[in-house]
Amino acid sequence: MEGGQMTELPNSTDRKMGLVIDLDTCVGCHACVISCKGWNTENYGAPLSDQDPYGADPSGTFLNRVHSYEVQPAPCESQPDPAAQLIHFPKSCLHCEDAPCVTVCPTGASYKRTEDGIVLVNEDHCIGCGLCAWACPYGARELDLAAGVMKKCTLCVDRIYNENLPEEDRIPSCVRTCPAGARHFGDLGDPDSDVSKLVAERGGIDLMPEMGTKPVNKYLPPRPKDQIEAQAAPLAPLLKPVAEDAGGFMGWLDKALDKLPGGTN
Amino acid sequence: MHPAPSVILFTTLSGLGFGLLFFLGLGQPAATGTVAFVFYLIAYALAVGGLLASTFHLGRPERAWRAFTQWKTSWLSREGICAVAALLVMGLYALGAVFLDSHWTLLGWLGAALSLATVFTTSMIYTQLKTVPRWNTALTPVMFLSFSIAGGALLAGAETLAPWLLTLAGAVQLAYWAKGDGALAASGTDLATATGLGSRGTVRAFEPPHTGSNYLLREFVHVVGRKHAQKLRVIAFALGFVLPLLMILAPVHGFVLKHVLAALAVLSHMAGIAVSRWLFFAQAEHVVGLYYGKR
Repeated sequence: MEGGQMTELPNSTDRKMGLVIDLDTCVGCHACVISCKGWNTENYGAPLSDQDPYGADPSGTFLNRVHSYEVQPAPCESQPDPAAQLIHFPKSCLHCEDAPCVTVCPTGASYKRTEDGIVLVNEDHCIGCGLCAWACPYGARELDLAAGVMKKCTLCVDRIYNENLPEEDRIPSCVRTCPAGARHFGDLGDPDSDVSKLVAERGGIDLMPEMGTKPVNKYLPPRPKDQIEAQAAPLAPLLKPVAEDAGGFMGWLDKALDKLPGGTN
Repeated sequence: MHPAPSVILFTTLSGLGFGLLFFLGLGQPAATGTVAFVFYLIAYALAVGGLLASTFHLGRPERAWRAFTQWKTSWLSREGICAVAALLVMGLYALGAVFLDSHWTLLGWLGAALSLATVFTTSMIYTQLKTVPRWNTALTPVMFLSFSIAGGALLAGAETLAPWLLTLAGAVQLAYWAKGDGALAASGTDLATATGLGSRGTVRAFEPPHTGSNYLLREFVHVVGRKHAQKLRVIAFALGFVLPLLMILAPVHGFVLKHVLAALAVLSHMAGIAVSRWLFFAQAEHVVGLYYGKR
C-alpha cells in the first residue's frame, strides 16, 4: 500500500512482526540505540539528522531510546526494608494493531502493512504536520527537523527481508546488536513462534493497555529480586583470599611478619 | 503541548471567521452591496488568514494538497475539505449578496452548515487524541463551537443574540477549565501503566535516555509559563467575555460611539480567545511526558 490509498487500518494482518524486550536482561548499555541510528540513518528513507551536534544544545532524531526507572517495592513482612530496583527500559515503535498514528494521518503517508503488520511512513507523501506523533502515546515518532518528515522504527524492513545480507543479519539492527540478548524479534501472531512462547512463559505485558492501541511489541517484566544479598552470594567465594595457609617462603614471611609489633588487620 | 503561534493564530482567527460566515449564511445581517463586501472581506481575511497560518507549522508545506485525500479516517483531512467547501459555497453566496443584491437562502444555509462543520472538524482533531486527556472530552467541540458562534455574533453585529452567546461561551470556558484540571488523573494513565511496572512498587523516572532535549520534549512537554496559568485564565476570561459583554451592553447612544465600542468588543474578544487558546495548548498534558517523569 504505497500511498494513494486510505489510511484505514487492516482488519487483520497475516503476521504480527514485532519485538519482545526483556526488562530482566537489559543492562542499559544503549548499544541498540546506536546501532539503530547507524543503520537507519544510511538506509530506508531520509537520514536521522542531528541539530547542533557538537554545540551547546545538541539534539537529534532517534527511533529507539533507553529510559531508566527506579522501582521501590512497598515494605512487607518478609521484606521490611526492600531494596529499590533499577530497570533499563528501551522504547521504540510498538507496531500497534490499533495504531492511532495511522488513522489520524491526513495524507495517507502513514500505513500499517497487511502482510506483516509493520507500521511505516511513506516519506514522499508526509507533510510533516506532526499529528501522528501527537496521537502516539509512546513517543515512538519523531519529526526530523532537517527532512521535515516523520521518522519511526521500520522494524528494519530493509534488513529482515534483505537477501543480500547473511541470514543471521536478517533481523532488526537493535536485536542483532544487543550484547545481553534482551531483544527478540519474531511473529507475535503465531502462538507457536519462539517470541510468543517467551511472552507466554514470562508473562509479557503491554504498555498503557488502557489506551486501546493493542501493541504488538511485548515487554517481559523483571524477575523478582527480593533476595538481593542471596543473589550476591555465588560471587562471594571468589572474593575470599586465595591462599590462607601458606607454606614455604610465604609461610615463613607470614609468621615473621606476625611476630613484628603493631598487630595485624 | 507546545503552544505553536501558527496553530494558536489559526484556530483563533479561523474560528472567528467561520463564525461570521455562519451568521452571514443565515442572512444575519442581510447586507448587500458595499456593506456586504466589507463583511465578507473580514470573514474571508480571518478564515483564509487562519488557514494559511496553519501551513506554517508543516515540515513540507508544498505537499499540503495531499491532506485532502484521507477523509475516511482523518479529522485533519475532513477539516481541510470542510474548510474549502465552506469557503467556496459562501463565496458563491457572497457574489449574490455583493453584486446581484440577492440572497440565495438555501445556498446560505448550506454555507452556514459547512462553516460550523469546519469548526467542528478542527475541534475533533484535538478531541480524538486519547494521548491528551485534557482534550479528549466532548467539552472540546462544545468550546470551539460556542466560541466561534459567540465571536461570529459579535462580528455580525447580532445585538440581541451576542450577549447570550457570549455568556454561554464564557460558561463553557469555565466548565472546560474545571474539568480539564482533573483530566489526566481521571484518565488512569500514569508512569505505572506507561512502564507496566506499577504492580512491583512505586515507579520513578531515574535517568532520561539522553542529557539534551529532543523533538518529543519540545513538542509535548511544555511546562514553561504554566505557573502563570491562573493569572492568564483571569485575563482570558476578562478580555474574551466580560469586557465584550460590558461594551455591547453599555447604555450608549450615537452611531459612532456604538460602533467604536462594538469594534473594541471584537478586539478584546479576539485577544481573550487567543490567550485561552494559548492555555489550551500550554496546559495540555501529553502522556508521553510520563516516560520522562515530567508532568
